[in-house]
Amino acid sequence: MTNQQEQIIARLRNDIAGWEGFRPLPPGERQEFGLGPIESVFPNQTFPTGALHEFISTRPEFTAAIGGFIAGIIQTLLAHGGVCVWVSYTRRIYPPALKRFGVDPDRIIFIDVQREKDVLWATEEALKCSGIAAVICETRQLTFMDSRRLQLATEQSHVTGFILRKDARQVNTTACAARWTVKPIRSKLRPGMPGVGFPRWQVDLLKVKNGQPGSWTLEWKRKQFTQVTEQAFTEKVKRYA
Amino acid sequence: MPKRFVSIWFKYLLTDREAIRHHSLREVSVAFTEPDRGRMLVMAMNVHAEQCGVKPGMAAADARVIAPGIRLFDSKPGRNITFLKGLAEWCLRYTPLVMVDPPDGLLLDVTGCTHLKGGEAEFLKDLVSRLRTIGYTVRPGMADTIGCAWAVARCAGTGLIVPPGGQRNALMPLPPASLRLGDDILVKLNQLGFYQVGSFIHLPKSVLKRRFGGNMVLRLYQALGQEAEFLLPLKEPVPYSERIALLEPVRTRPAIENAVHTVIDQLCKRLYGEGLGLRSATLTYLRIDGKSFQLIIGTNHPSQRTDHIFKLFALQFDQIAPALGIELFIIDAIQTEPASDKQSLIWNGKPAADSEQVAELLDNVGARVGNVNIHRYLPQEHHLPERAAAPTANLSDIPESDWPEDLTRPMQLLAPPEPIEAMALTPDYAPRQFIYRGQRHIIVNADGPERISHEWWVEDGGYRDYYVAEDEEGMRYWLFGTPNDLSGQTRRWFIHGYFA
Repeated sequence: MTNQQEQIIARLRNDIAGWEGFRPLPPGERQEFGLGPIESVFPNQTFPTGALHEFISTRPEFTAAIGGFIAGIIQTLLAHGGVCVWVSYTRRIYPPALKRFGVDPDRIIFIDVQREKDVLWATEEALKCSGIAAVICETRQLTFMDSRRLQLATEQSHVTGFILRKDARQVNTTACAARWTVKPIRSKLRPGMPGVGFPRWQVDLLKVKNGQPGSWTLEWKRKQFTQVTEQAFTEKVKRYA
Repeated sequence: MPKRFVSIWFKYLLTDREAIRHHSLREVSVAFTEPDRGRMLVMAMNVHAEQCGVKPGMAAADARVIAPGIRLFDSKPGRNITFLKGLAEWCLRYTPLVMVDPPDGLLLDVTGCTHLKGGEAEFLKDLVSRLRTIGYTVRPGMADTIGCAWAVARCAGTGLIVPPGGQRNALMPLPPASLRLGDDILVKLNQLGFYQVGSFIHLPKSVLKRRFGGNMVLRLYQALGQEAEFLLPLKEPVPYSERIALLEPVRTRPAIENAVHTVIDQLCKRLYGEGLGLRSATLTYLRIDGKSFQLIIGTNHPSQRTDHIFKLFALQFDQIAPALGIELFIIDAIQTEPASDKQSLIWNGKPAADSEQVAELLDNVGARVGNVNIHRYLPQEHHLPERAAAPTANLSDIPESDWPEDLTRPMQLLAPPEPIEAMALTPDYAPRQFIYRGQRHIIVNADGPERISHEWWVEDGGYRDYYVAEDEEGMRYWLFGTPNDLSGQTRRWFIHGYFA
C-alpha cells in the first residue's frame, strides 16, 4: 500500500470516528478525566464524551462500584456547571455518597419512573436535551435497537450517556461506544494498618469502538483516580483483632 | 362601553328536560309535584298541562281531575340549579360571563360579543334557535341592564331587544311583576290599581320608598340603570384566555393540532407582550354534542414558548375523543408568573438558556411519568442516614448547608435495612462473618464502629453501631448492630448498604 493510500484510509477512519461521536476536541477544550492510562486507549487519546457508555453489572456490589466510577467521571463533566439526570426504575443510589466522588448531589436530578419501559423513553428525552451534562440510566434490558436510538440522540446533542445495566443476564450487541465492567477488589492499606482502605476497583474495558480494550486496577484517592501498580512486597494476611 | 345583558327564561325547564330524555312525554301533560304539609302540590308543568288549567301550587289530585292522563313526577330539590349550571356551561360558547339566575333563568353579559354572530338580532336568533333545537322552550331579552333584560324576557310580547338607553320605554307597558318584586308588594300594587310599571314609574323616589320599601325602589332603579347591579359569573373569568371558534367542527388529529397550536400561539404572543410566562393552563374543548372536556398542563418555570406548551398538550392528545366534532377550543392561563428574559441562575456557571432547557425537559418527562417522581436532594442536618438527604420538588432550591465530605457513606443504600446472621467474637467489634441471603461472607477488614443514634426529638429508638466491612472477595458492605447493652436484648445485625 502506498503512502498516499494509507493517508486516505487514516482520514476516512477519522471521519467515521467523528460521525460516531468521537470528535477531536480543540486543544483548549480537552477535558482530563484523570483516568490516566485508560484514556490513551480511546481514539484521539480522549475519553469519548457525547457518546454512550455501557456498564455491565451482575451483582449489587458491582452496581455500587460502577456508581462510584461514574460519579468520578461526571465530576469532570460537571466542573463547568450544568446538571446531570439519573433515570432509574428501582433506585438504591444514596445521594450523599456522591459527595465523596466530587459530585454535589443536589446537582443531580433523579427521575424515578414507575414503569420499567419508561426508563429508556425518559433517557432518550434527556439525551436529546443539550443543556444537560450527563445522563445516567439504570436499566436491565437494552436491545440493539434501543441503544441505536440512544446513540443517535447523543450524536445530535453531545450529551454523555451512561447505561448501567443491572442484573444483566446476557450481554447482547449494542451500539454503545464502550462497554465496561467495574468490580470492587480488596483495598490495601500500608502493611500492618487495620481497617478498610480507599475504594479500589478492577476496571475492564471489554469493548471500545476504534480503541484497544484492556484491564486496569484503579483506586479513588484524594478525589481523583489513581492507577494501582502491584507493589513488590507481599503483605502477610493479617486478620484484625 | 355600554353594557349589554341577555336574560334567558326557561319557562318549562324541568318538563322540557324530561321530554328531551323521554320523547314520549312531548305530547302529553306532564307535571312535577313536591310534598307540602302532607299533600302533593304541582310545582312545574309543561305547556299541555298549562292549557288544561294546571297551575303551580295546585294539589296533585286536582291536576289529575282537570287534566286527564297527566303524568306526574316527583321533583327533587335543586335539580333546576343543576340543569341551569349545565346550560350555563353550554352558553360559555357565546360569552365568558354567564350567571345562573334561579329558579329558571340564565344571565349573560354579552358586552362586545354580539358582533361575532353578526349583530344583536342574529346573536339572539342563533342562541335561541340552538336551544330550541335541543328542545327547550326559551324566551330571551336583551337590554342595557340586568333588570330590564329579565323583565323583557318574561313579560314583554314584542321588542325583546331593547335598544341602548331604551329601558324606560320598554318597562312602561309591562306589569309590576317584571321588576322581580316580592308577592306582598305585588299584591299591594295590584290593590292600588298599578297594573303597569308606567303608572308608578314617574312617582318620586321618596314616595315609593315610604309606601313599598327600599327594595322595590332598588329593583326599579336597577332595571332603569340608575343603580348598579353586578353579575356573579359562574366561572371566574381568567385574565389570560384565548379561544378559537371553528367554522366547521374538526375531528381529525392534524386539524385538532392545528387549532390548538393556533390558540396557544395567540396566548403566548399576548403573554410575551406583557412579560409573563405560563405556569399552568387548561385547554377546554367543546364538542358539538354540547359536552366539554379539559386538558391540564403545568410547567416548572414560566414559559411563553408556543412549541413547548403545545408539546405538553400534545402528550395528552390521545385522550381527546372528538365524537362528532369539536367546535371551540379555549385555553385559559390559570397561573402566570413574570418571566424575565434572563432566567435566574439555578446552576452556577450555567448559561441562562440551559436552565430553561432543563425545565422544559422536566416538564416533558413529568407529564408522562408524573412530577412526583422527579427528585432533587438537599442535605439535611441529621445524622441518621435515612434522613441525611431530603427530596425537593423545586428546581430553584439551593442547599442550606454543605454536603458532609468526611463521612463514609455507601453508594447504594438498602431501604429498609435487611437483617443478616452475623457472628462477632468480641463485643464492640465488627462481626467475623455474616450470612446474607444464604451466602456467607468472611470479613477480612473492617472499620468502625461509628455510632449513630436515633434522634429522640424526632422518634424513639436506640443507637446503631455501623461498621464498614470488606470480605474476602473485596466487596465492601455497611453493616450495623443494634444495642446489646439493654437487658434481655441480643444484638441483631443488619446490612444497610454497599460501598463503591
